[in-house]
Amino acid sequence: MNAVQTVGYPPSAYAFDVERIRADFPILKLQIDGKPLVYLDNAASSQMPQPVIARLVRYQTSEHANIHRAVHYLSETATAEYDAARRKLQRFINAPEEREVIFTSGTTDAINLVMHGYGRKFIKTGDEIILTTLEHHSNIVPWQMLAEETGAKIRVVPINDAGEVLIDEYEHLFNERTKLVGVTHVSNALGSINPVKQMIAFAHARGVPVPVLVDGAQAAPHLQVDVQDLDCDFYVFSGHKLCGPTGIGVLYGKAALLEKMQPFKGGGDMILSVSFEKTTYNTIPYKFEAGTPPIAAAIGLGAAVDYLSAIGMEVIATHEHALLSYATAQMMEMPGVRIIGTAKNKASVLSFTVDGVHPHDIGTLLNQEGIAVRTGHHCAQPVMQRFKVPATSRASFAFYNTLAEVDALIAGIRSVQKVFA
Amino acid sequence: MANYKSLYQEVILDHNKKPRNYGTLAHASHHAVGHNPLCGDHISVALSFDRECIDCIAFQGESCAICKASASMMTSAVKGKTRADAEILVQEFLAMATGKLNLDSPNQIGRLAVFAGVCDLPTRVKCAILPWHTLHAAFNSVASASTEEFLGSEPKFAEPTARPEGAVRCTAAKLVSDPNNSAPIGNA
Repeated sequence: MNAVQTVGYPPSAYAFDVERIRADFPILKLQIDGKPLVYLDNAASSQMPQPVIARLVRYQTSEHANIHRAVHYLSETATAEYDAARRKLQRFINAPEEREVIFTSGTTDAINLVMHGYGRKFIKTGDEIILTTLEHHSNIVPWQMLAEETGAKIRVVPINDAGEVLIDEYEHLFNERTKLVGVTHVSNALGSINPVKQMIAFAHARGVPVPVLVDGAQAAPHLQVDVQDLDCDFYVFSGHKLCGPTGIGVLYGKAALLEKMQPFKGGGDMILSVSFEKTTYNTIPYKFEAGTPPIAAAIGLGAAVDYLSAIGMEVIATHEHALLSYATAQMMEMPGVRIIGTAKNKASVLSFTVDGVHPHDIGTLLNQEGIAVRTGHHCAQPVMQRFKVPATSRASFAFYNTLAEVDALIAGIRSVQKVFA
Repeated sequence: MANYKSLYQEVILDHNKKPRNYGTLAHASHHAVGHNPLCGDHISVALSFDRECIDCIAFQGESCAICKASASMMTSAVKGKTRADAEILVQEFLAMATGKLNLDSPNQIGRLAVFAGVCDLPTRVKCAILPWHTLHAAFNSVASASTEEFLGSEPKFAEPTARPEGAVRCTAAKLVSDPNNSAPIGNA
C-alpha cells in the first residue's frame, strides 16, 4: 500500500502531481492574514511560475536592447529572442505562418486592432455585426464605437437559461449585410464553451464568407487551441491569463485578411520608408506593431507557453475539469446557493449567488479566509441582465488549484451563510 | 483599534437585516440617487425638513450589507439634525472611511465608528460612503429652492419617478417599508 488515498475525493484518473506544479509558483506560498492563499481568480489573471519569472530576469539581466534597430550584440540577441517568442506562440495555437501572429498589449488591444484595421475599412453604413450575449465588454464596446461611427448595426445572439448560445437564432441573424461575427470561445462570466467551430463553418458557408473573430482570452489558458482546425479568421488572447506577464497579448489573423487591413497605430517599425510625400507600410506582422513592443513581456509569454506545453494542455484541461465538476457537485447540494451558468460544456468558471448575501460581502468575507474570488458583473453586464442578477461571485480554477482548495471555498461559503443567517 | 475583520459584526448585520427608515417618502423636499458603478449598486435618499431640522428621511435601493447598514445608520443619525450639522457628520464619516479621522479627538461619529475598519478595504470604502454622498447630493439637489417651488419641478438628481403605490404622507405613517420594492423614491 503505497498510494495515498484522500477520503472523499474522486479517484484521480490521470497522472498529475499538483503539489509538484504548485512548487513552481512562489506566490502560492503566501499567507493572507495567517491563512494560506486560496487563489480562485484565475479568469481575471493567473499566477506566474518560477521558470517564467527567471526568463524575465535573464532577459533584463543579459539580453535587453531595442529590437529591429541596431547592429550590436544586445539588439541582435533581443531581436532573435522576440522573434523566437512569436514562433512559440505560433506553435501554441497551430497558426500556419509566423507572420500571422501579431503581438498586442492584450485581448482588448487585439480586438481594437481588428475594429480599426478591418472594421473601419470594410464595414459601412447598414452593414451588420453579429455578437453573442456572452461577450465580455471588450468584444462589445469597440464594435459599438464602430457602429456609431459608420452607421453599422449590431445583432445579438441570445442565450438559453443554461448560458448556451442559441445556434438556431445565430443562424437566423445572418443576411447579405452581415460583415463580421465576434464570438467568445469561453464565457468569462459563466464558463460556457461556445461551439465556435460550428459557428465559424456556418459563417463561412455563406455566398460571401463572413469573417469570424474569436475572443480566446478565457479559452487559451484552458483548452488546446488550434486555429487551423477552427478555421477562424481572427483569434485573440492575453498573456497574463496564461501564466505570462501583463501588457502582452496576441492577435492571430489569416495572412490574406491582415494584408488587406489598414494599420491601427502609426509609428516606427511599422513602415518600410517614410517621406513627407509618401509612407510605405511594412509587411505583416510588423505593419501592426508600431513603436517599441513589449519585448520582455513577449519573451516571458513565450516562456509561459513553453511551460504550459511541457505539462500539456490536455492534462491541464483534465485536471481543471475535475476541479470544476467537484466544486459544481458540492455547490449544487448547498441550500440557498445558485449556480449561474449550467452549460453542458464549461471550462474552469463557477459563477454563483447566495440568497440574501450581496456578492461584495461574500468576496470580503471569503478574503478573510484567504480565499480570492471575483465579485461583480465581470465586465459582462448583458449576461448579468439576462440572468436578472446585478452581480455574481465567481470562482475560477487553474491547473495549480487543488480539491482541498475547493473544500476551502465550500466551507467559506457556508461560513458566509452563517454570518448572514 | 479599527479592524476590517470587525466590519461584519452584530450592529451592521442587524441594520442590514432590519434597515431603519427603509422605504419611500410621500412628500420629500430633497432627494438624490447614488450609484456605485463598480458594482452597479444604487441607493436613493429622500428627506424633508421641519423648519431647520431634518424631519423625515428614508432610503431605498439595492446594495451590499455594508452600504445598506451605512444608509440605515446614517438616516437614524441625521434625523433631527440641521443641515449644517448633518453636513459636518457627512464630512466626518467620509474622513473616517478613508482613514483620515482621529477617532480620539472630539467628533460626532458615535456608533458609526463600527464602520472605521472599512478604511482597510479600499474596494469597500465606496460601499460605506455611497449613502453619505447621496445625502450630500440630496441637500444640494434643491439648494436654492423652497419646498413649494420644488414640488412643481423636476428634482435635479432623481430618476424619472412616479409616485409609488402606497407612498404615504410623512405626517401619517412616515414611511412605507417594503424591501422588495426597489422603485425610486417618489415625490408628490
